[in-house]
This record gives sequence, C-alpha cells and structure tokens, in this order.
Amino acid sequence: MTDPLLDIQALSKSFGALRATADVSLALVPGEIHALIGPNGAGKSTLIQQIAGGLAPDAGRVILDGRDVTGLNTADRARLGLGRTFQISALAMENTVLQNAMLGSVGAARNAWRFLQPVMGDARLRKQAEASIERVGLEEAANTPVSALSHGQRRLLEVAVALTLDPKVFLMDEPMAGLGAEGTARMTDFLGDLRKEAPILLVEHDMDAVFALADRISVLVSGKIIATGTPDQIRRNDDVRTAYLGDEVLP
Amino acid sequence: MLRERTFNIVAFLALPLVASIALALDEPFIISLATRAAILALAAVGLNLALGLGGLVSLGHAVFFGLGGYAMGILASHAQSYVPLDLGFIVIEGTKSMPIIWLVAVVVSAATALLIGLLALRTAGVYFIMITLAFGQMFYYFTISWPAYGGEDGLSIYVRNDFPGLNTLDPIQFFGLVFAVLAAVLWVMGRIERSPFGLALGAARQNAVRVETVGLSPFRLRLVAFVISGAVTGLAGALFADLNRFVSPTMFSWQMSGEFIIFIVLGGIGRLYGPVVGACLFVLLEHLLSGISDFWLIYLGTVLLLVVLFARGGVIGALSKPDATHD
Repeated sequence: MTDPLLDIQALSKSFGALRATADVSLALVPGEIHALIGPNGAGKSTLIQQIAGGLAPDAGRVILDGRDVTGLNTADRARLGLGRTFQISALAMENTVLQNAMLGSVGAARNAWRFLQPVMGDARLRKQAEASIERVGLEEAANTPVSALSHGQRRLLEVAVALTLDPKVFLMDEPMAGLGAEGTARMTDFLGDLRKEAPILLVEHDMDAVFALADRISVLVSGKIIATGTPDQIRRNDDVRTAYLGDEVLP
Repeated sequence: MLRERTFNIVAFLALPLVASIALALDEPFIISLATRAAILALAAVGLNLALGLGGLVSLGHAVFFGLGGYAMGILASHAQSYVPLDLGFIVIEGTKSMPIIWLVAVVVSAATALLIGLLALRTAGVYFIMITLAFGQMFYYFTISWPAYGGEDGLSIYVRNDFPGLNTLDPIQFFGLVFAVLAAVLWVMGRIERSPFGLALGAARQNAVRVETVGLSPFRLRLVAFVISGAVTGLAGALFADLNRFVSPTMFSWQMSGEFIIFIVLGGIGRLYGPVVGACLFVLLEHLLSGISDFWLIYLGTVLLLVVLFARGGVIGALSKPDATHD
C-alpha cells in the first residue's frame, strides 16, 4: 500500500474519567474514501476535532502528508492541505455563496493582506471560487446570502469552500445530513469522483451512502476502533453487528 | 425613500452644506460645530472597522483618541515654549506642523493598539470589553496624575497648528481640512471593506472557525484591524485637540469611548457612513437639546433606545432602502 496522506497514530483523549478517544489509529491512503462510523456518543466528533486541530490530544500523533501536525492549530493544518467540512454548517451567514467561496480562494492564495483592491474584482480568485460553486451545482445561487439557503445547499457550499483550498486530504463530517434522497444520491456520485483528487475521511450516518462509497470503513465504539476493513468485511463482522444491534441496521 | 448609497452621499454632503451656510451667515460657531461633528465622525469611523466589520466591541478607543490629542498637545507645547523635549537619549524639538503631528499621532496610536490588541484579542465578548475599558482607565488616571503636561487641568495650546498653504485659524479653512481628511479616510475604509482583508475580517466576525478552516488566522486579522482602527481614532484625536486648542484627560475617559460606540449604533453598525450620520446627529442633538435642558442626555438616551429597539440598522437603515444588489 502507498504511504498514507493522513496518518493518525494512537490518539487518546480523556475528559476526566471519560476516555473519549482511546488509542485510535487510522490511515487514509491516496484515492480512497475511508468512512468512520459509530453509534451516537462513540466519540466521532472528539476524534474529528483532534484531527482538524480544534482539540489537542493527550497522546498520539497526527501526520499529514508526512508531516507531524499534532502541535499545529486549525489554520496551519488547513494551509498544509486539510480540507474540512462541518456537520453543522460553519459559514459566513450574512455573506453570499460566492463570497464564502471567495474566502476559500483568499485562504488558498494565503493572501488576506491586501487592503485596497476589491476582492470581487480579482479575476483569478473569482474564477477559482466560481469553478468550485459550479462543481457542486450552486452557481444559480451564487449571489444568494447563505442565511437564505436551504440546509442542503449549505452542505454543498461547505464542500465548495473546501474545494477552493485544493486540499491534499478531505475531512468531511456528515456531508449528507439533511440532503434528502436526491441530494444524497448526487453527493454520493460527487464524492465518488472526488476521491481521485484527494482521499476523503468521511464521517457519515447514512449507512447506504457509506457502504456504497467507502473503500474502507472503521467502526468507532466508545472511543475505540473495533474494526477496520472493506464494506464486506465490516458487514460480516460480529463485533460490529453487536455494537449496532438495535441501533441502526447495516445494509 | 432614497437608496442607501444616495442617502449616504446626501448625509455626507450635509456637513459642508451646513458649514457653507454658516459661513454665508457669518456664524463661526456653527462652522466649529460642523468641524467637531466631522472629527468625532472620524474617530468613530476608525472604531467602526474594529466594531462594525470585525465585531470587536472596544470600550477603550478613547485611548487612541487621547494619545492623538496628547501627541498634538505635547509637541505643540514644546514648540510654543521653545523648550525642547529631552528624553535623555534623544532631544525632540516641538512642532507646530499638523502633518508631522498627525504622523506622530498615527504611529503612537497604532503602536499602542498593537500592544493592547496583542493582550486584549486573546479574549472575546465581555472580557474584551472589560480589558479595553481597563486600558482606557489606565491612560485616563495616568494623565490625571502626570503633572508635566497639565495633569487634571489639561494643556492649552494658544495658536492652532499650521498646515502648509492654509490659515487654520480661519474656521472654514480648518473645517475644509478636517472634512478632506474624513473623506479620504472614508474612501480608504470603503476600499478595505471590499478587499480580501475586509472579506476575511467580516467572515471572522460571523464565524471564526470558518476562517481558520480556510487557513487564515482570525487573531491576526483582528489585530491588524484593531491597529488600523486605533490609528484612525488617534488621528481624530490630534484634530480634536487642534479644534479646541486644548487637551485634557477627558479625551481618555470611558465616556468618550462610549460616545464613539453610540455614534456607530445611532448611524448603523457596520455601515461605512453609520458613524458619520451618528456623530452628526449626536452633535446636532447636543446643540439643540442642551439649550433646552441640562439633562439633555435623557432625550439622547430615549433616541438611542428607540433606534436600538426599532431600527437595528440605525438611522441609515431606517431612513433608506437597500442598494440594488451588486457585488
């Protein structure tokens, strides 16, 4: 197997007596979608936070493209190629769709220190932002303020902003949530193609989407990874069945 | 109803219009009122970058206003007494030149804003308000207890400072100078709002995590905004001192900081011309109402209350309709 682009090594995090993340190791290799699933309260959000840089682990390391980023903050990790989307949309609500995407282009160009040129007049940044919006199919809403978008459209915009960064690795937290059947199908197709550009660590509750998309699946239960494998292996795994029994039905 | 852009132009041109009429009617006091409004507007335009666009509610912007004022007072007092300022390692002649005084005011305010920002911007919300307030009070009490430049009594400058080619003692010429500075700063602020920096700063106010996720540091964006903001308010301080030919610790008082916030809220938070409309309205009300009653602030309070309750977009938001959509 090729070297992983994102390598999570023995991450641990406790809150008092609660071990939210217990010795978690995960790897993301080029070209794959690696899904992280687990029942509610398994510690997915805590794990994601540690990978993205919002929360410092007690032990373990996060290696991004061969570089130890454990001590770096969210912005540094983003600059090094971590493209993140959020479960609960984190967008500039008063700004338009295009402005949000432009913010991504500004970040990607690492140049927010221009004070007198109008940002919207920067043809290069604008082209990049418009291309990302078009890829997720939001071009008709380009001048709509985010506050007027539907929940599903906000999800798409989250992905579009991540695209402007041209990241080495995507970290997506429930991109299907609230999309509806048709939206989920489109997003599934889209992510299926996107993996060729950069691998995706996908946290998702929609099991149909996960089993349709993922090259590998890791199952997180009570802060521990209890199984990692192909969708077939996971489907047949007894521990996984036990953990999910009565909770969600595996497809 | 006028479009916001048209409303802004009308409101902005009201100042020179009032000054011109006052000139025609030979009412120098009205000209000096208009000058005062323009200077206070400038101070609040500075704050508006931090508060309106950046979401940083600074209750300490009087620090920069006062520093600008004392930069003028100290330099001019040494010039008028012909006693150079001996700092031990360097001897500074005083100066009566406005451009030099402005430069000193801007540099000192910006440097101070950098130091205050480095500490205060590590906090947010109420703590940020309290820390900026605390810095303001430190400067206030320091100037009160520092006898060299008048202490509590303040410092008088007998003749207004010079600007090349102008007679600054002529009220209308000084007004013209102040108005030109205000117009220039508004132009720059308008550009900043639309720049990549402005976009990122505004986004950091709305959602700091979003800005981090695209690889930008909200802290640095806010720090730079705070420095620019402080520098502009400092420049206003130097002009204010020159208008009154007097500097006192009052310029550092927290009431001063509060007034700047009131101008912004009155006119409309985050609107480029908000502080201008707010400051003009404030000076107008002060002039009209203080003649009626010593307790005119009660009426001002009522107006402010009505604006906050019923016109969240401030006076501009209430009296104009949105511009046609554009980017």
